[in-house]
Amino acid sequence: MRTTPRRASRTAPRLAAALASLTLLLAGCSGDSGDDDGKITLQFQSLAWQKESVDANKALVEEWNATHPDVKVEYIQGSWDSVHDQLLTSFEGGEAPDIIHDASDDLADFAYGGYLADIGDLLPERLKADIPRRSWETATFDGKIYGVPFLQEPRVLIANAKWLKKSGVRIPTPEKPWSWPEFRAITKKLGDGTDGKYGVAWPLKEPVSATLNLSLSTGGKMFHRGADGKVDVRFDAPDQVMPRTVHDQVNVDKSASGTTLGMGGSDTLPGFFGGKYAMVPLGFSYRQQIVQQAPKGFEWQVLPAPAGEEGLAQGVSPQTLSVSEDSAHKKEAAEFIDFFLRPKNMVKLARGDWMLPTGEEALKDPALRTEKNGWSAGTALSEDLRPAPAQSVRGYPEWKDKVATPALQEYYSGAIDLDELEKRLVKDGNLVLARYQR
Amino acid sequence: MMRTKKPARAAQYAALTAYLVFLAFPFLWLISTAFKPARELGSLHPTWIPKDPTLDNFRQAFDEQPLLQAAGNSLIAALSAALIAVVIATPMAYVMARHRNRVAKAATGWVVISQAFPFVLIIIPLFLILKNLHLINSLLGLIMVYVVWSLPFALWMLVGYVRAVPTELEEAAAVDGASKVRTFVSVVAPLLAPGIVATAMFAFITAWNEFFFALVLLKTPEKQTLPVILNRFIGTEGVADLGPLAAAAFLATIPSLVIFAIIQKRITGGMLAGAVKA
Repeated sequence: MRTTPRRASRTAPRLAAALASLTLLLAGCSGDSGDDDGKITLQFQSLAWQKESVDANKALVEEWNATHPDVKVEYIQGSWDSVHDQLLTSFEGGEAPDIIHDASDDLADFAYGGYLADIGDLLPERLKADIPRRSWETATFDGKIYGVPFLQEPRVLIANAKWLKKSGVRIPTPEKPWSWPEFRAITKKLGDGTDGKYGVAWPLKEPVSATLNLSLSTGGKMFHRGADGKVDVRFDAPDQVMPRTVHDQVNVDKSASGTTLGMGGSDTLPGFFGGKYAMVPLGFSYRQQIVQQAPKGFEWQVLPAPAGEEGLAQGVSPQTLSVSEDSAHKKEAAEFIDFFLRPKNMVKLARGDWMLPTGEEALKDPALRTEKNGWSAGTALSEDLRPAPAQSVRGYPEWKDKVATPALQEYYSGAIDLDELEKRLVKDGNLVLARYQR
Repeated sequence: MMRTKKPARAAQYAALTAYLVFLAFPFLWLISTAFKPARELGSLHPTWIPKDPTLDNFRQAFDEQPLLQAAGNSLIAALSAALIAVVIATPMAYVMARHRNRVAKAATGWVVISQAFPFVLIIIPLFLILKNLHLINSLLGLIMVYVVWSLPFALWMLVGYVRAVPTELEEAAAVDGASKVRTFVSVVAPLLAPGIVATAMFAFITAWNEFFFALVLLKTPEKQTLPVILNRFIGTEGVADLGPLAAAAFLATIPSLVIFAIIQKRITGGMLAGAVKA
């Protein structure tokens, strides 16, 4: 037998030294203590992620700090991915930031949970008047305002301009958009897949919000609130127009590629640039990726999504700024929000995120009215944007994940028919919602 | 010794090569993407070798996010967690392996079950505890969480290694007059070295890649770790700033690869040392 006492005797002091070093190291890692100088410090958690957007956010915070010596704003970088869980934990732990950047469809649970402050009385009339009522509705629950909606994006058709011009189809405008039947006929004309080219590519990895939001154009609501305040799901004729169009494009006309149904928006861009698809329905902010990635000489344009009886109406979930209920400085937080969302600042934020501001003054800015990169085409749609149909419905996330997503995916791919889709969305869906409304 | 026939050996190598290629694919794709300009990322026919390689993605990644600082934080958190976890787990594993009574069995069972707890179940109480200890937004708090989180599996791994050490060696040491502690330090621990290193590696990688605890517990950029910083390259609806994300992710893999390369030699060396009898 061979033992190693000598090695062990050398190891023990080394281990002790390592532990001592570690202890010293850890001592230096402990958390910050708060300010003791009497000044107010507000924490602002921003979800800005594109460089221009982060720069704009930070510049505005710096400007505020330079002009407000008694109320310092501390910029905290958050991220869209997992923001809900991160905020929930922070709320539960009493450590939430004072000013919270999020999306309106994430606010309902936090508002009903008592985590967000009603800021209706704290906001100045200027800001209230500048943002239209339809946008305020996205962040208003039980008559109380839990967030300021400030950026939003419509879903638009990004089209290969040369392809459309060559085909001779009528180019839609916000004044004369395509109807859904016309859209179907045109995509068939643009490409039916025979030579690997398609009229449209629907990126429907997340099919529910696209379906619900675009169905508003035909009067589809799917969620209906009764006199008792309870919500039930219906799948009436107006709800069926958009899903049936997509289904028929993929499975009957073959004018839409079936392979893109499982893709996210970015995944369809190589095929779009490579001339496989004439059009891709995408969020307005995808223009930034297109500008960055499109091959030189590639001509593209922004077109409005198809319209129905309700015109170009579609649902959106704007980005919002809220104040934490636990904040000791709600008034100052609301003042910062007012400063942050002044028209000229809203323009900076909108340009940074390639989105539309909700503020009507900001929307008048020439920088957002230019034809370059499709800005004016998108700005023209702003009046038609409505609250996404489901955002105040409790139980919607579960309905979306467990019922609607698989059902719509199967329907769009042709695995089930419209009757089966209706059965699942309505029957199974109402069972889910019922659990939240007892 | 039975010799493998040539066709069988060729098939073995082919299978091994296919497996290695499969394993390497994401990493090679990551490297390729990291060096591609934005326009090549949008190509319908992507190539393995960038046609017009660029360092712009790396520049942008460093310009936009504090990657070096985050890497330093990750390294401190992961190394500390790994070291503390093995220091705590090794004697515990010895006790659990050598004393096979009901308590030890129940402890082992509890250790295995605790691995099944989802993050969201424990994060809120954990958050409250750390808040009371003033350890929110603190690397020390995060390290404590990582130690607690990796300890059960580390313990479970080490119990297996301890059981592989023949008890006859300890009996011989006892006959020579060695105390329990001396026996553990001088006889058992050296033979456990490969297992301890492997366990440390596991704890290190777990902490190095961990995202959710770090996201929730660390607020300021100066304290945040690499996974949290990398997440900032992802925007709404999963849209990613792919080039800089790939560049940053590629850089993030390097420290763990280097550490793994170093430690792998020690694992092999330790195993060989244990195999030779004097």
